[in-house]
Amino acid sequence: MTGTANTPHTKSHGRVAGKMVLLACAMFGFGYLMVPLYDIICDITGLNGKTGRVSASVANATQIEAAAEDREVVVEFVASINQGGSWIFKPMEKTMTVVPGQLYQTSYYAENLSDNTVVAQATPSVTPFVAAKYFNKTECFCFTRQDFEPRGSRDMPLTFIIDPDLPINVDRVTLSYTFFKSPEQT
Amino acid sequence: MSYNDVTHHSADDHNHDHDHAEHGPAKGLMRWVTTTNHKDIGTLYLWFSLIMFFIGGAMALVIRAELFQPGIQIVDPMFFNSMTTMHAIVMIFGVVMPAFVGLANWMIPMMIGAPDMALPRLNNWSFWIMPFAFTIMLSTLFMDSGGPAGGWTLYPPLVLQMGDSFAYVIFAIHFLGISSVMGSINIVATIFNMRPPGMTFMKMPMFVWTWLITAYLLIATIPVFAGAVTMLLTDRFFGTSFFSAAGGGDPVMFQHIFWFFGHPEVYILILPAFGIVSSIIPTFARKPLFGYDSMVYATASIAFLSFIVWAHHMFTTGMPLAGELFFMFSTMMISVPTGVKVFNWVATMWRGSMTFETPMLFAIGFVIMFTVGGLSGLMLAITPADIQYHDTYFVVAHFHYVLVPGAIYSLMAATYYWLPKWTGNMYDEKLGKMHFWISTVFVNVLFFPMHFVGLAGMPRRIPDYSLQFADWNMIATIGAFGFGFSQLMFVYIIVKSIRGGEKATSEVWEGARGLEWTVASPAPYHTFETAPDIQPSTVTR
Repeated sequence: MTGTANTPHTKSHGRVAGKMVLLACAMFGFGYLMVPLYDIICDITGLNGKTGRVSASVANATQIEAAAEDREVVVEFVASINQGGSWIFKPMEKTMTVVPGQLYQTSYYAENLSDNTVVAQATPSVTPFVAAKYFNKTECFCFTRQDFEPRGSRDMPLTFIIDPDLPINVDRVTLSYTFFKSPEQT
Repeated sequence: MSYNDVTHHSADDHNHDHDHAEHGPAKGLMRWVTTTNHKDIGTLYLWFSLIMFFIGGAMALVIRAELFQPGIQIVDPMFFNSMTTMHAIVMIFGVVMPAFVGLANWMIPMMIGAPDMALPRLNNWSFWIMPFAFTIMLSTLFMDSGGPAGGWTLYPPLVLQMGDSFAYVIFAIHFLGISSVMGSINIVATIFNMRPPGMTFMKMPMFVWTWLITAYLLIATIPVFAGAVTMLLTDRFFGTSFFSAAGGGDPVMFQHIFWFFGHPEVYILILPAFGIVSSIIPTFARKPLFGYDSMVYATASIAFLSFIVWAHHMFTTGMPLAGELFFMFSTMMISVPTGVKVFNWVATMWRGSMTFETPMLFAIGFVIMFTVGGLSGLMLAITPADIQYHDTYFVVAHFHYVLVPGAIYSLMAATYYWLPKWTGNMYDEKLGKMHFWISTVFVNVLFFPMHFVGLAGMPRRIPDYSLQFADWNMIATIGAFGFGFSQLMFVYIIVKSIRGGEKATSEVWEGARGLEWTVASPAPYHTFETAPDIQPSTVTR
């Protein structure tokens, strides 16, 4: 082996470098893939208080099944406005005592205090986080964007059902909505 | 000048490579701009990071000066915040990472017996991007909207409230990322393709191994970070809503993406340090590294685990119990391979004929003080305790212990260790030892009190604090100025060694092992143009 010339091109540097560039590009893509992955994982685990959504028929089925449930859970409603919006935004009822497995309806009131047409979006969050995936809504103003006329106002309905599988140590659930002006308006 | 300019080879012995006078460096400043020589580029990286070390250090002194007493005395809070942010960015991306890349450039080809890096032109480019990137980054401090002030972690929504200089910050980060990914690709290609016959993977020095694994970490995570900051950029300027709740995004998602990069990043900042210490301790203990194989596997396990622990930075964001338990236990598991390393270093020293030259002092200082930082890391891993410690000075104490007497000490150890090889002259041993002892006293005066104020609840990244923290903060500031100014000794010792001094032998250190000690000191401009003859019995590590 003595005196073997250290020739640089006995192996292809391009091939190794190419593979590494490919890995780098794939990882850049993976960074973006984490966005949908995150939503999926949050839906499954209720991470970050993301609430569930069920169809009315599923809710009805649950309701019949759980008719004999005798525990009560206090649901608290909270409303907050993100910075920079001129709004009135509040829950019509501050607390409700509910039975898991029963369908309930309540509503939030919102009023646009500005002289412009505004599109708004509400995002929900449930605490404790462990309760999030048991808090299911069949109808919610948070599913869609809400248009408001200048100085317009309305009640926005919310229909929800708490899954009877809610862990037994949870007896109080807080549902919080944050009201945002949609970013296109800015 | 690149390696394929070689027209003839010295047939007998690589020790005489420096006979080729025509292969010396070009003259003048353009030598440094156009160079493709791995030693030149390594030198450029090392000087660059030394300069950035003083820039980042000056920022740290602004922070400590403001915190000398409670109340706002010296800088306004916004500037204070941009100092904490910039100090982190400069120290991570401008000091520790380039210094490790510089050492990799200088040492990896000489350690494995290769004539140069695999992709020398790419190498030139990956260095020269950095000064431009940092010019852009630092220029934001002089813009109307100021430098980034939301912390180096760039959490939205706070960071999105920054002025238009935000775009400069993001582009600078992109450039830095491109530079490190290119540097890493080069290192991987060099280690895979440039090893001469006989240099098997398990004959490579630990420094080469740790850098191979670090390079993979960089290639796998820097692009994720690039993606995350690109999302910030489009959220800020192009109306997307990745992290804006108003548009259906989620700011917590940024933290997940960021720390998916960020946690491997902290191992990027420490694995090459493990490699350096694993080179130095055997030399001065005059024994081979204890448990080389287990060191390799421990490094690989740390790298693997670094990908599954990220959410321990985010325990306070709220997480299901199962998630908290998973991230707590996986984090604690990292202390197993790290412990293997620490015990192997101790076992290497056990019954060795130890001497305590400056590199060894810094290496032993590394082992002890890095372990202090490792133990406070274990405390932080405990989820319920972390909720108390989160964002306090306890965290600051933790990561400064692993980064300053950890990563920075390894860099100083490496500099003293290889300086005679680079310059051909021994450094001033007496001054080197003084530098070590002064630094070690002050670094502990600086960072140890932070544990106390942190446990007592002092939050980080805030220019003012309550009165009960005043005494320890004053002591920490005294330590900071002492540590900062004693680093001028480091510069003086380096310059003195470049200018002259006792001539170094090829071997330099009595117990030195490895191929880099078989070439002359200073190392000739081109080494190992002829592949070294590596037999199974040849000592290469």
